[in-house]
Amino acid sequence: MTASEIRLTVNGRAHSVRRSPDRSLLVVLRSELGLTGAKFGCGEGECGACTVLLEGNPARACQVLIAEVDGRDVTTVEGLATGDHLNLVQQAFAELGAFQCGYCTPGMVVRATALLRTNPSPTDPEIRAALEGNICRCGGYARIVRAVERAAQRTREAPGGP
Amino acid sequence: MELARPRRPWDRTPPAERGYFEILGPGLVALLPPKKPGGAGGWSPPTGGAWVHVGADGTIRAFSGKAEVGQGTRTALTLIAAEELRVAPSRVQLIMADTDLCPWDMGTFGSRSMPDAARSLADAAAHARVSLVALAAQRFGRPPEDLEASDGVVRVRGETEGTAYAELVNDRNRIESAGRVSSATPATHWERAGQPTVDLQAEDVVTGRRVYVSDVVLPGMRHGAVLQPPTFGARLTRVETERLRDRPGVVVVHEGDFVGAAAANPMMARAAVAELRASWETPPKPGEREIEPYLRGHPSTDGDSWDTDERTVGDVESAFARAPIRLERTYRTAYIAHVPLETHCAVAHWEGSRLTVWVGSQTPFRVRDEVAEALEIAVEDVRVIVPPTGAGFGGKHGADTAIAAARLARAAGHPVRVVFTREEEFRYAYFRPMSLIDLRVGAESDGRLTAWVFHNVNGGASALIPPYRVPNLKVDNTLSASPLAQGPYRALAATSNNFARESAIDELTRIVGVDPVAFRRAYIEDERLGTVLARAAERAGWTGRTRHPGKGFGVAVGLEKDSRVATIAEVTVDPDRRLRVDRLVTAFEAGAIVNPDNLRSQVEGASVMGLGGALFESIRFEDGVVQNPGLSRYRVPRFSDLPTLEVELIDRPDLPSSGAGETPIIAVAPAVANAIFDATGCRLRSLPLLSDGRVPGPS
Repeated sequence: MTASEIRLTVNGRAHSVRRSPDRSLLVVLRSELGLTGAKFGCGEGECGACTVLLEGNPARACQVLIAEVDGRDVTTVEGLATGDHLNLVQQAFAELGAFQCGYCTPGMVVRATALLRTNPSPTDPEIRAALEGNICRCGGYARIVRAVERAAQRTREAPGGP
Repeated sequence: MELARPRRPWDRTPPAERGYFEILGPGLVALLPPKKPGGAGGWSPPTGGAWVHVGADGTIRAFSGKAEVGQGTRTALTLIAAEELRVAPSRVQLIMADTDLCPWDMGTFGSRSMPDAARSLADAAAHARVSLVALAAQRFGRPPEDLEASDGVVRVRGETEGTAYAELVNDRNRIESAGRVSSATPATHWERAGQPTVDLQAEDVVTGRRVYVSDVVLPGMRHGAVLQPPTFGARLTRVETERLRDRPGVVVVHEGDFVGAAAANPMMARAAVAELRASWETPPKPGEREIEPYLRGHPSTDGDSWDTDERTVGDVESAFARAPIRLERTYRTAYIAHVPLETHCAVAHWEGSRLTVWVGSQTPFRVRDEVAEALEIAVEDVRVIVPPTGAGFGGKHGADTAIAAARLARAAGHPVRVVFTREEEFRYAYFRPMSLIDLRVGAESDGRLTAWVFHNVNGGASALIPPYRVPNLKVDNTLSASPLAQGPYRALAATSNNFARESAIDELTRIVGVDPVAFRRAYIEDERLGTVLARAAERAGWTGRTRHPGKGFGVAVGLEKDSRVATIAEVTVDPDRRLRVDRLVTAFEAGAIVNPDNLRSQVEGASVMGLGGALFESIRFEDGVVQNPGLSRYRVPRFSDLPTLEVELIDRPDLPSSGAGETPIIAVAPAVANAIFDATGCRLRSLPLLSDGRVPGPS
């Protein structure tokens, strides 16, 4: 490892990328690692389309500089399913069709997964509060809340979490 | 998976010369020939016909020129093709919005996907089924009436064994053309269409695998940036590009009014453009304070006459003069932005003289024409493909990003992607027009309408005609030379015109002391609209509603794109005058419902989007420059804005499917405004209704 490199783990795989002061994690994920699940929506951390898990906590990849993730662990929407098995949040979104254009969905799914890992029994206000930073411009919020409720119910029933 | 490129776009080639089978493999193609505009029952837009391929390898493909931008057309059209071909929807591959392979289409707007494209596709697919049955009849030596197609097999009625479509078509390639008589299945007999069906690609969406336009990556791809005018309407007078001529890794293009750069990454491209020294002629533009007289005083000189209308019935002036009750009001709606979560994006790729552009667009065929014209190449050499796109809402009709990517890719000798930043999306896309609506209403003392004078400045002509019985009427609209770029938006001016009309009707009912639902039911002329209103009122519990301090109920109706909507809003205004929309109940009817699951989703989404325009969305501007070009400064609805949404769908399988994506938005704003009045006595006549989240004092 050299000082000009950043090492990070993404979805369980180790990567080494060029250190550059002004590049965001989102740019590296999308254009360097080929992980286009996290989306560009606003570039100012307002829309949540680029949400990933950083050490298990939700983060806006567009607001995280690549230098900040040196030695850290990142999970993107691509890393949520286990093989062909969708996680419980993904399953619920797919079953209920909790999206329209689907562009916000990766961010929603990642954020909701993080919520259920810390709080498997969220109330309706807790779900809304957790997702407040994620915009669905198609206005599919009601269905998204239902999907998270369904996933929460299954999380409580299934050991191991979402 | 993209199919190979034909020698020429199929829509510009006679069917026999298209080479269908070279690309799709052997089998049967059923065609519905293109239709010219017009015909019985008033104007209808042209269609490019439809085609369906049943392959000897068992594949079934349907083609549509419509684009999927989140409205659910892909699933709906798949259901229609599956219905007519009597197969499970998962068996149908639908190829959409690829100008080389799909039937020509005017564009994905105006809620025409179900009334036009679905109908054409149904006719073509039904013809394919009839052809398959005829082939089986020959093979079995039985009359076609004895046979039936089901689950991809044609069999003798009553028998379990049959012959698969693939086997029926494998001996000889056929192109069959549908005649004038439609064999399409009436909606009353649908088995697959009409069933609630979740997006067939849902798994790709929730795993992040779905490739949106801005996810398209090509080998060697460069990134483009465009020199944009400092104000709307500014004209480039001089630009100095010399200093970048020899910059390694940067290609600068100056062609006509277009100036842009391509480089290895977007930051480099933007930095290059930022270095360009450009001079602009910037005509003075009014700010928000002067906008109203400006719009009234500057009629448009463009030929946008498709969006103007006028109608006069009776003698409206003398009826108004005689009326015991007279209202004169002006309503206003602000410029608002579409804010598709995926910004404008295009990727261009040249192979020799032939160009392919992947673009987030609602009008791929128009983009094809405009790209060809701008780059001075043959239309046949341009292929436009619309991959899954992060929404449109009427905001993605333009060709600018496609043209920019194509110019830059040609100069760079590499594929080029151009994608707007969010700030660019706000500054260089276009807005829903600001509307000023002058309204004079004359009525008898019991509320009966006698005169209706309605004039919209700048908004457009949609929903100008009131759905109420009124013997004397004059409605019209004019368009203005807008100081900001403006264009289509979900439901066009129907939202503005409905806001004005339904607010005014509410004002009238308050003056004469008639219940707003009862009033509308008494004077609505359209039976279907009356039914929708009755269902909404019943669902909302209108007659038994209980009044509390700060609680208000409002109703509004609308008829647009041949579909009907009624929305009832329930709001609370707290002692600090903060507004909460507690509940929106919407009843909606759009003829035969193709996919109830998606329709419900569209109504819910339109309700939420409608709340944004109703309550807080507004483009701020000064000197032709947008002042709030970011999501931190332009607020759109979030989870905290979500009321309880109740949707009542009315299925009419006896009627043709009409447009459904737009109309559910048009009654939201007036229902909420009327509810605010009900709660507070404060009549708000401008959208957005709240400037700071609070309801002003009583007026």
